[in-house]
Amino acid sequence: MDNLMNLMQGFGDVLTPINLLLALVGVIVGTAVGVLPGIGPAMTVALLLPITYGLEPVQAFIMFAGIFYGGMYGGSTTSILLNTPGESSSVVTAIEGNKMARAGRAAQALATAAIGSFVAGTIGTVLLVLVAPQVVKFAISLGAPDYLAIMLLAFAGATSVLGSSRIRGFAALLLGLVIGLVGIDKVTGQQRLTFGVPQLADGIDVVVVAVGIFAVGEALWVAAHLRRNPGTVIPVGRPWMGKSDWRRSWKPWLRGTAYGFPIGALPAGGAEIPTFLSYATEKKLSKHPEEFGHGAIEGVAGPEAANNASAAGTLVPMLALGLPTNATAAVMLAAFTSYGIQPGPLLFQRESKLVWALIASLFIGNLFLLLLNLPLAPAWAKLLQIPRPYLYAGIIFFASMGAYAVNAQPLDLLLLLVLGLLGFGMRRFGLPVLPLIIGVILGPIAERQARMALQLSNGNASGLIGGPVAYVIYAVILLLIAWPLVAKLRRKIMTKDVVYSGGQ
Amino acid sequence: MTEAATRRPDRAQFGVCGFLAVVGVLVIVDAARIRHIANSNDPIGPKPVPIVLGVLLLVVAVLYAVDVARGGTGEAEAGEDVDPTLPVDWKTVLLLVGAFVVNLAVIEPLGWVISGTLLFWGSAFALGSRHHIRNVFIAVALSLTTFYAFAIGLGVNLPAGVLQGIL
Repeated sequence: MDNLMNLMQGFGDVLTPINLLLALVGVIVGTAVGVLPGIGPAMTVALLLPITYGLEPVQAFIMFAGIFYGGMYGGSTTSILLNTPGESSSVVTAIEGNKMARAGRAAQALATAAIGSFVAGTIGTVLLVLVAPQVVKFAISLGAPDYLAIMLLAFAGATSVLGSSRIRGFAALLLGLVIGLVGIDKVTGQQRLTFGVPQLADGIDVVVVAVGIFAVGEALWVAAHLRRNPGTVIPVGRPWMGKSDWRRSWKPWLRGTAYGFPIGALPAGGAEIPTFLSYATEKKLSKHPEEFGHGAIEGVAGPEAANNASAAGTLVPMLALGLPTNATAAVMLAAFTSYGIQPGPLLFQRESKLVWALIASLFIGNLFLLLLNLPLAPAWAKLLQIPRPYLYAGIIFFASMGAYAVNAQPLDLLLLLVLGLLGFGMRRFGLPVLPLIIGVILGPIAERQARMALQLSNGNASGLIGGPVAYVIYAVILLLIAWPLVAKLRRKIMTKDVVYSGGQ
Repeated sequence: MTEAATRRPDRAQFGVCGFLAVVGVLVIVDAARIRHIANSNDPIGPKPVPIVLGVLLLVVAVLYAVDVARGGTGEAEAGEDVDPTLPVDWKTVLLLVGAFVVNLAVIEPLGWVISGTLLFWGSAFALGSRHHIRNVFIAVALSLTTFYAFAIGLGVNLPAGVLQGIL
C-alpha cells in the first residue's frame, strides 16, 4: 500500500503541464535519435544527457524516462526497416521483422513491435513497482561483504555474456576498473594515476567515459568502415494490424514479457538471452512454423516484448542496488551521479520523490510512445535516409558538446578523444564495451565495500567473504565462470577426433 | 566461421596484449609510489587494489597472447552502416581526429560557436561530404542553435569566446 501511495505521489509530481511536456519531448527526441542508424539506446541516452543539465533532477528524470523507452523503440524501428541491426538485443527482431517489411508487411511489423513494447513496458513497470521495494528491503539488511559479492557478480555477469570471448571481456573490465581508479582516493586523500594533472584529481567523469566509448568510439569505428551504399530503407505507411495479426501477437507479447522481465532483473541477465528464448519458443509453439525465416509476426512480437520487458527488468537492480546490468542502465547511473545522487539501496529512502517520479514517468512515457509512434512511423522512416556524413559528424558534434558541458574544461575533450580511440580499438579487436563501463561505475564502489569489510574484520582477509548471502552469490559466480568451461570440456571429449582433424 | 578459418591470423591482436601489459605496469609503478597508509579505519589503504589490478592486467595480457597464438580472434563489431569487409579507412579516422583536436584547441579562445562549426564542417568533410558551402550553413546553424538553446536557454556550460557580447 505504501508503494501505491508513493506511486500516486509520483504521478502527482509528473502530471503538471510542464512535466508532461518534458516527458513528451523526451519520447520524441529519444525515438528520433534512437531511430538514427548506428545509434543504440545507450548512445541515445548518453548523447541526450546535456539536454537535461539545465533541469531540476526530478524534471531531468521525467525526460530520461521518455528518452529511455523512446531510444529502445527507435532501435527496433531501425532493425525492421534496415536489415542490419544495431544492437545485439534487436538482432532477433531484425530476423523476422525485416523479412516482413520486405514482404510488404512493414506496417504490421512496426505495429506489433510498438504495441508489444507498450504491453511489455507497462507490465514490466508494474512488476518493477512490486519487486524493487522488496529487493530494497532485502538489500538494506546486507553488509559490506555481501555488496562486494554482488559487485563481483555483476563483473562476472558482464564479462561472460553469451557467445563472446571471456578473456576479452575480462580485459575490458580491467581497463574499466583502472579508469575508475583515477583520482583522489576518498579514504586517504592519496592521488592515484593522476600523473600530477590537477584536473584528474576528481577522477574521470563517468559521463565523459560513456560518451567517449559509446558515441565517439562508435562514430570513429563506423567512419573507418562506412558502407559506400547504405542499405535500402523500406518505405512504410501508418502501422496497423489486422484481426489475425492481433490473434497471433498477443500471446507472444505476454510470453516475451515473462522471459524478459525476470532475466533482465538478474545481475547477470541482459536482453540477448530472453529475446533468443522468446524467438525459439514462438517458433516451437507457432501454428505457422513454416513462416519463420520468411517473416512470421510472432517472431517480431515475442522478442520485441522480451526486449522491452528486460529493459524494465534492468531497472530493478539499477534502482534497488545501484547495479547497472546493461549499457543503457550504466549511462543512466552515470546521469544519477552527475546530479550528485548516490545510487544504491538507500536511493528509495533518500530520493523517494525522484525515484517514484521516474517510475511514474515510465508509465506515461510508454503511453506517449504508443500514441506517437503509430502515426509518426513514416516520419521516423525518413530519418533513416539522413546522409551518413551528417549523421556521424552530428554524433561527434553533440558528443563533444556534452562532454565539454560536464565540467567546462578542454581537458575533458582530450579525454573524450582518447576514450573514443580506445572504444575504436575495442570494436576493432572485439573487446566488449559493457564490462568496461560497468568497471568504471562499480569499481570504486566495490573497492569501498571491500575496504569497509576489512575494517569490520580488523584487516583479516576472512572479512571479505562472510555471510550466507555472500556464499550463495560466490557459488553463482563460480557457476557462471565454470559453466562454459564444463560445456567446452564435454564437447571436447565428445568430439575429440573432429577437433583434432582440423574442425572448428 | 569458415571465413575466419581461412583468413590470416590477426597478428595485430598482440598489440592489444602489449597495451594491456603496459597499462598493467603503469598501474603498478604508480601504486608503488603511494605511501603506505593504513590504520584501524582502513586496514589496507589505497595501495593494494591498484597492485592487484596491475597484476591481473599482466596475467590477462599473457592469457590473451596465448589465446591469439592459438588462433583466437575477437569478432569486430557489426552495425547498420558498417561494412566489415572493408579495410580500416585510416584517412577518414585521422581527419576526424584532426577535426576533434581543432575543436579542443580553439573552444576556449574562440568559443563554441566557432569551434563547433569547425568541428561539424571538418567531420562532414572527413566523412566524404563535398557540399562545402551547404555544409558551412549547416555547421553554423547547428552551432548557433545549440549555443542559444543550451548555453543561453538551459544554462549549460559552453564558452562564448571571442564572440562574447555579440551573441
